[in-house]
Amino acid sequence: MTALPPRTDRKLGLVIDLDTCVGCHACVTACKGWNDQAYGAPLSDMNAYGSDPCGTFLNRVHSYELTPPDGPPQVVNLPRSCLHCDDAPCVTVCPTGASYKRAEDGIVLVNEDACIGCGLCAWACPYGAREMDAAAGVMKKCTLCVDRIYNEALPEEDRIPACVRTCPTGARHFGDLGDPDSAVSRLVAERGGVELMPEQGTRPVNRYLPPRKKGPAPVVQPLQRDEEPTGVAAWLDRILGVF
Amino acid sequence: MHPAPSIIIFTTLSGAGFGMLAWLALGAVPVGGMPALLFWGMGYALAIGGLVASTFHLGNPQRALLAFTQWRTSWLSREAWASAMTLVILAPVALAAILGIRVPVVIGVIGALMCIATVVTTGMIYAQMKTVPRWNTWMTPVQFVLFSLTGGAILSLQLSDAVVLCVLLATALVAVYAMGDARVREVFPSTQSAIGSGRNVETRALFAPHSGPNYVMKEMIHVVGRKHSRRLRVLSVLLAAIIPALLMLFAPGQDILPIVAVLHLTGALAARWLFFAEAEHVVGLYYGAGPGTTRN
Repeated sequence: MTALPPRTDRKLGLVIDLDTCVGCHACVTACKGWNDQAYGAPLSDMNAYGSDPCGTFLNRVHSYELTPPDGPPQVVNLPRSCLHCDDAPCVTVCPTGASYKRAEDGIVLVNEDACIGCGLCAWACPYGAREMDAAAGVMKKCTLCVDRIYNEALPEEDRIPACVRTCPTGARHFGDLGDPDSAVSRLVAERGGVELMPEQGTRPVNRYLPPRKKGPAPVVQPLQRDEEPTGVAAWLDRILGVF
Repeated sequence: MHPAPSIIIFTTLSGAGFGMLAWLALGAVPVGGMPALLFWGMGYALAIGGLVASTFHLGNPQRALLAFTQWRTSWLSREAWASAMTLVILAPVALAAILGIRVPVVIGVIGALMCIATVVTTGMIYAQMKTVPRWNTWMTPVQFVLFSLTGGAILSLQLSDAVVLCVLLATALVAVYAMGDARVREVFPSTQSAIGSGRNVETRALFAPHSGPNYVMKEMIHVVGRKHSRRLRVLSVLLAAIIPALLMLFAPGQDILPIVAVLHLTGALAARWLFFAEAEHVVGLYYGAGPGTTRN
């Protein structure tokens, strides 16, 4: 059913720390690796070894230059994936009922057996979180690794999304953002976590932690002369100054 | 936006087809015999042909019937229902017209209203997209309905009505272009909002996540048409509305109508192509391609 549930028992999602993310793309690789062999159609690559490769990914890491009014410019890496919105526009536009949001944990999923590949849900998403798989002709999106997080065949420490499990800097956190006492909710409260494009009215679940405030940039004058020359240098300085 | 060519052809042709069926349902052409068969046949061919073309861009067209299931929430599903129901309701009207039998006027009126409702559902598929501020206005369905009724009037030889509709269409198109620009200026989100960096933090896309293109870029960050948008806007208004109106006014008679129809449909296709090519999707912000970007 493409009607959104009136409320969800939990709001599972990600909290991504933009202060800690180094832009290594390990989450991208881990995501592609896991979702190539598990839930639904594999994420295909087109012309992978040719001159114009193109493939399906559920997670993309962008890099931006941010210049605050009172500080030096800094590079910020922004991993972009499905935000599992409360008011997910991708769900309600779906004509076949393939797109749905789960009432029990808020995860937005695609039933690939019912997807006709019309692409309308990708148009409706402000975040570019959905990509049509060119080989399977069905819409792919982040499943929050629904086949890992409840998977009792996996060791307990692996029952988190592949991107979170693999992140070498601990920039990605997984948990219930509907519970104000959960670790992720406390992290968001502590660090002032933000929603992306709130004016689109999607009420995303995922939150991004802004980079921590840095002090002013150190003033470095590259050719600064610290002391007066002495000896031969002083003599040269004097002689050259004549011309 | 970069839609499949089948979508441009579908929305234009089936729009004109449903407009034509609306005029025919209201008794535009005399009932009975070959002329009625030809006109109704053409109306049905355009409407159905467009619907069939719309399945060409699907990844899995064999499941297209599932699109009838979600009419409670999805405008695309409502469009499927509206178009199918309209074609069914109008079938006895068409048959009666061809056989020269009179049917109660009320069925024709209901059929004509259903035709307009179908075109409204098509327009709403685009108008509902908050992600494309240029489309996200009530002018989108108005534009679609005016194109449909004007094309339909020309194809079903309704000279005086067609002239009036051409004038309305020209006015509407000028308004659509002006309002679309204003809407993009007013409500398009900022890059700061897209990445959550804060209002007074200068934010610049540094490098893309991938060296090649991807589905999102190909589908939604298509900017090829924007370079020529001014010329195409003028061309669409001239071809779809102003030149047809002048021809019908100053060269009256039905002989001119095939030329008028070709001119109008060419203009309609240009306008529909521009409708997609000019549409800036907010996801472009992540790739440093905000509104006004003319090159990738």
